[in-house]
Amino acid sequence: MADRSGAARSATPSPTRTASPSGPSIGMPLLCFAVSVAAAFALTAVYATGGNAQAEGALLAVSLGGIGIGLVSWCKRLMPNEIVTEDRPSPASAAGEADEVVDELSGAEQGMDRRHVLEIGLVTAVAGLGVAALLPIRSLGPRPGKGLKSTPWAAGNLRVVDEAGGIVTLDRLAPNGVLTVFPEGFVGREDAQTLLMNLRRDDFVPVKGREDWVADGYVGYSKVCTHAGCPVGLFEERLGTLLCPCHQSTFDVLHGARPVFGPATRPLPQLPLALDGQTLIATGDFSAPVGPGFWDMDR
Amino acid sequence: MITRKLIRWLDQRTGAAGVTAKTLEKVFPNHWSFLLGEVALYSFVMLVLTGTYLGFFYVPSVATTTYTGSYAPLQGVEVSQAYRSALDLSFDVRAGLVMRQMHHWAALIFVAAITAHLARIFFTGAFRRPRELNWMIGVTLMLLAIGNGFAGYSLLDDQLSGTGLRIMYSVIISIPLAGTWIASLVFGGDFPGEDILSRLFLLHVFVIPITITGLLVLHLGMLVKHKHTHFPGRGATDHNVVGERLWPTYAAKAGGLFFITAAVIAALGGLAQINAIWIYGPFRTSNVSALSQPDWYMGWLEGAMRLMPAWEISLGGYTVPNPFFPGVLIPGITFTLLYAWPFLEAWRTRDRAEHHVLDRPRDRPGRTAAGAATLAFYSVLGLGGANDLLTTFFGLSLNQVVWVLRAMLVVVPIAAALVTYRLCLELQQRDRGDADDIATGNAHRELGGGAAGDGGSASGAAVAPVVVARTD
Repeated sequence: MADRSGAARSATPSPTRTASPSGPSIGMPLLCFAVSVAAAFALTAVYATGGNAQAEGALLAVSLGGIGIGLVSWCKRLMPNEIVTEDRPSPASAAGEADEVVDELSGAEQGMDRRHVLEIGLVTAVAGLGVAALLPIRSLGPRPGKGLKSTPWAAGNLRVVDEAGGIVTLDRLAPNGVLTVFPEGFVGREDAQTLLMNLRRDDFVPVKGREDWVADGYVGYSKVCTHAGCPVGLFEERLGTLLCPCHQSTFDVLHGARPVFGPATRPLPQLPLALDGQTLIATGDFSAPVGPGFWDMDR
Repeated sequence: MITRKLIRWLDQRTGAAGVTAKTLEKVFPNHWSFLLGEVALYSFVMLVLTGTYLGFFYVPSVATTTYTGSYAPLQGVEVSQAYRSALDLSFDVRAGLVMRQMHHWAALIFVAAITAHLARIFFTGAFRRPRELNWMIGVTLMLLAIGNGFAGYSLLDDQLSGTGLRIMYSVIISIPLAGTWIASLVFGGDFPGEDILSRLFLLHVFVIPITITGLLVLHLGMLVKHKHTHFPGRGATDHNVVGERLWPTYAAKAGGLFFITAAVIAALGGLAQINAIWIYGPFRTSNVSALSQPDWYMGWLEGAMRLMPAWEISLGGYTVPNPFFPGVLIPGITFTLLYAWPFLEAWRTRDRAEHHVLDRPRDRPGRTAAGAATLAFYSVLGLGGANDLLTTFFGLSLNQVVWVLRAMLVVVPIAAALVTYRLCLELQQRDRGDADDIATGNAHRELGGGAAGDGGSASGAAVAPVVVARTD
């Protein structure tokens, strides 16, 4: 085989020390392999002496790269790179073979009618088995039901507690203060998480019909974004808006947490708050199903 | 020689020598862009190797435990077993961190290489008959790679992965009619549930990798059957294959590329920190981090979710919620079009002949423009996924950034298509007419022009030395 580029390449660069008089230089690939071996030894030493992610990665890279670059340079310098041509028959089988397969499979030579009936029977049986075999999928989870539409707050008159389980009283938040709260006994419950805000400010307008859901300036909104369910946590005090960090839906907490920007379409559901002495309680569940929408959420 | 004896011994029992000899003689066309698929394959090998190591330590359980490992800031914190085992891998298993980071980087490179490979196949028309099935297998592999990437980074049960799963749950329940049922079956109940991690684990380490492996075998088997496509020139026709023999040159190059790919992954895994779950903290459903970003291949979906206007549909009391459109409809349309493209194009061009000589993108301006518009569309979506970063980095208003990106989503693809189309025509014209301006005697150009069949009659000084007879 002709070694066109190999010969051309070996003629131009200055010969290295390891160049043999009879052929092109093997210096470069050999050097690469030597570097690879050295890096492998160093890698072993690093591991044995306690390990270090940076050194391990770098030495592994040198060891692997040494082999890789060595191979490529071996190939470029010494291997034939003759361009050859090979026939490319069409992938199709010889003429008529596909039809033969169909004939063979459909058994054209046999009594057609009775076979046809049997085939229908077989297909029906397999289909029935298939349906039966799919049923165990049902065991993977419960029927979706009220879980999406109600939260533990629905029990009514539950005390409001913080993430540590502590009771929340009226002196907890300064005006514009924000706190993540749960119903007592359900700390950490995803669907019950509520953003408690002290909105004792002039521009707060309670939703019509929910004037008594506000307890001495304290307002509670579901913390689960109505768009894709992320916790809505960023309160912009000056504008009175809550921002969801996931997809930037923005809710106006001064006007019933209605969506004012981003992809969310529905307001954050509001929690009916009341006072039991100085302690905050919720008298019932949120004003709407919490979290992102689903097909039958309003039914 | 021992080798000779061994090969004879093996051949007497398998008769494999004949096939092997033929295989070693096999001809592979040579072009840098043919290596993109190989990079994907080698990344997958690295994923399997590093992933197996991680699997020896990872615990797929949401049961809680108190962290007592060597990362001081989290000591004494209640965390899940899954998160704890990932922390242990990062801090207390020697070589664990480099393996974890290599695995993550390899996944990013895997999907990137698949995407680049797909673009190469698309722009050169390598999906045409007889390769339609292999194109569809490739699209399936891409879907599986993206899905397994998402499943993989969801396993760690850190704040970022939990947020990702929350959004996935919301997208699933947005599906009309069946959404809440599907979500309940997948998660074993309402979010977050106890089951999702162990289920994702089985999918991530067994079901999906096995499926990928099987499809890869089919993908490469068909490649062997069809033989690789080649660019016009050097006597390439639809009835031959022009290139180098597998042994030794091509095999050495491919082997070298494997080691170089692995070296890049190792360097990144050691030197470039990725998915620092100890900074994100354990997943709490009531927490979220600002500036949360998914892995790059989910960026277009994230961007679609962010740029989607606040629309939802109400049908007689039933709701099609907002996340359905960006989260289900857009990926659904995307992959349906990808699967259907070879057939759509064949129907449009009425070209149903076998093709093994590749198109040069400029010779198919319509297709090339469509591809450029598509890439532009998904790039803008990807930018949308980083709208919070753009806002903070450039000190802009979030609302303005979102509106500008929404406008760009319409304008940029159209502009990209027009510019690309025009550019293709210009390049064709240069190929044909102004032979003086370009290097002459380049067979690629003239043959490509002829192959397009759109008036690309070779003229003047640049007539190709080889005239290719085409059957169609």
